[in-house]
Amino acid sequence: MKADIRVALVGNPNTGKSTLFNALTGLNQKIGNFPGVTVDKKIGYSPLPDGRRAEIIDLPGTYSLYPKSKDESIVFSVLAEKDTELTPDLVVVILDATNLKRNLLLYTQVADLKIPVIIALNMVDLSKKAGIRIDIDKLAQKLGVPIIPVSARRLEGIGELKAAISYANKFALQQSSIDVKGIAPELITAISNELPADNPYFALQLAHQHEHLKFLTPAQSSRIEELEKEHGFHTQKAQAAETIARYNYINDVLYDTVKTPVTAHDESVSNKIDKVLTHKVFGFVIFIGVLLFMFQSIFAWSEYPMSLIEAGFVWIEGILRNVLPAGPLANLLIDGVVAGLSGVLVFIPQIAILFAFISILEDTGYMSRVTFMMDKIMRKVGLNGKSVVPLIGGFACAVPSIMSTRTIENWKDRMITIMVTPLVACSARLPVYTLLIALVVPNKNVWWIFNLQGLALTGMYVLSLVSAVIVAYVMKFVLKARERGYFIMELPVYRMPRWNNMLFSMYERSKTFVLEAGKVIIAVSVILWVLSSYGPGNRFEKIEQKYQQPQFTKTMTADSLARVISTEKLENSYAGVLGHVIEPVIKPLGFDWKIGIALITSFAAREVFVGTMATIYSVEGDADRIDSVQDKMRNARNPNTGRPVFTLAVAFSLMMFYAFAMQCASTVAVVYRETKDWRWPAAQFAYMTVLAYGAAFLVYHLLK
Amino acid sequence: MTLEQLGVGETGIVKEFTDLEMSVKLMEMGCLPGEPVRVSRIAPLGDPIAIQVSGYQLSLRRFEASTIILQ
Repeated sequence: MKADIRVALVGNPNTGKSTLFNALTGLNQKIGNFPGVTVDKKIGYSPLPDGRRAEIIDLPGTYSLYPKSKDESIVFSVLAEKDTELTPDLVVVILDATNLKRNLLLYTQVADLKIPVIIALNMVDLSKKAGIRIDIDKLAQKLGVPIIPVSARRLEGIGELKAAISYANKFALQQSSIDVKGIAPELITAISNELPADNPYFALQLAHQHEHLKFLTPAQSSRIEELEKEHGFHTQKAQAAETIARYNYINDVLYDTVKTPVTAHDESVSNKIDKVLTHKVFGFVIFIGVLLFMFQSIFAWSEYPMSLIEAGFVWIEGILRNVLPAGPLANLLIDGVVAGLSGVLVFIPQIAILFAFISILEDTGYMSRVTFMMDKIMRKVGLNGKSVVPLIGGFACAVPSIMSTRTIENWKDRMITIMVTPLVACSARLPVYTLLIALVVPNKNVWWIFNLQGLALTGMYVLSLVSAVIVAYVMKFVLKARERGYFIMELPVYRMPRWNNMLFSMYERSKTFVLEAGKVIIAVSVILWVLSSYGPGNRFEKIEQKYQQPQFTKTMTADSLARVISTEKLENSYAGVLGHVIEPVIKPLGFDWKIGIALITSFAAREVFVGTMATIYSVEGDADRIDSVQDKMRNARNPNTGRPVFTLAVAFSLMMFYAFAMQCASTVAVVYRETKDWRWPAAQFAYMTVLAYGAAFLVYHLLK
Repeated sequence: MTLEQLGVGETGIVKEFTDLEMSVKLMEMGCLPGEPVRVSRIAPLGDPIAIQVSGYQLSLRRFEASTIILQ
């Protein structure tokens, strides 16, 4: 889509930047990656009152242009790099009116880059309520920029902001804030002379950040390094001097424009909530309660929509079987594509509900309290308070959770979090667990209220967290720290969740899941169908010929003959051959070659297990009889002994394997993207496979 | 005396920092020399702590608080 003006949204975290972005662009947005890095790039389009269209880029929230994490490092690059498809014509800096002082630091940095800028003063309703009096006209005059008061969550001032964007100047007219050149006069002059750096603050930022900037050539970067040595530049001292100068300027600006009432801190509502939510005892009780409620709801609320989706696919399957002429094409479509599709879409309710909860927990400010409470425990096992968020998110899906570790500034903490997050029982394991538990665990209550099946499932979830903690603790001693860890974090004021944001998050995450994981799953389903429907050489013809002989046709009914033929065909198909190849390796775990096929296909994605089971057992059984997978598996017998295949020992051994094995191509890919080194996903894959094999072996032999 | 030694509800004014690297990060977050800070709560397990500074609440570990010298 073409746009007439490009606008970058910049602001501190927790200032309502995403809400404002949603208010400006509506559903008219798309998510991609910034070139070369895996930072979510949100771009949306907004019609302006003068008929033009604005392209809005939502940059990651940051407290300053000096990045503390991977996400934040993108902000300066986008603002500073000239003439790219992202270079903004205008920057809208969002300031939280209830906390102007700290918010203005980032504004003064952006303003000094001499890009045209306007201020969206958000949360003016809340600041009024808190008794903060802001003389907006005087503030705008002192800073030399237009200031538009808005309330993004009430959709107030959005029209005015759009008008201001369309009237915005093409030139930067704002006042300079501090004497940038005074910080390192010779160095700034030297860099400005040698590089295309047209303003002093840009030159100073190059000195600070040149090592991470992709738009500098290696020669330019090393020249800056030389100049720094020549002029005795100390980056931390320079940054300290700059920050102090900026706050002096900000104090000056705010002195006669903002009046903050002197209220006792204890009276604030937020503080009262904190007293309960971070209480020594209640704090943890509430946290565990929230988690339990979350998982109960994910299962309870998704049950109905999931059964609707499943029923819908059974209905579609029925129609297709009637409409399409029987043959390989119909089989491919129904057993391959439709089966694969239903396997993907059935997860949408769970994923949407989980992300609804995560969005609410983050929006309200509760997530940062959890971080605050858990930091000490998490640090003991080599993690960080901030690891709590990815670990909880891991219950939904490791892929977005691993991406969310970018907020962890410390390299070692972040790596350990990435390494253990896939151990957390993600939603893709859920169908495997529920299927196997329903097969072997009786649906009975013990001690009146505890359902045995529910207990088994809870056990799997607890096991996943315990194993993640243990592995993290081991890695704490294996990995060497690169820099000192720190934990300086804002505890935002409690706010009501924004339902719009929640809906956006549900929609976006589900869409990403369907598009990303869906591709893999459908591809695997189709490949699997081909592998199980065709065999090497003329094996299939030989089977057909064999059963045309009179000793079979005369003694067996047509039905049982067909079943025997298809079973033998499956065994001789490519999938069957593969399954037989790995059978010796998995036999000690109690698995036969059919489960072997499921294990192989599950390395693409765990949820493929259920589909594979359905494919394998429907190829074997009567194709017209639409049975649930569970019934098919319950009826599965060992052809040699005639006893059920899925005993308690086999089912739990399988669950152990799925609990620990890295059976997710998307996770492997995302770990590589985040670490930029194949050794990380390789090491992760290796340790998880060893754990999976060991645990499955142990459980099988204990329960056998 | 350092910020780490303050009890809940006690206030002090930042004087200087003992650690340059930490000070850069703290100052960015509005924790500057001359700024009043007040300990608003301590995490249930005794670490980290939450302080009120520059009009908002900031959490930091005890070790980080010990690098902030008060007037």
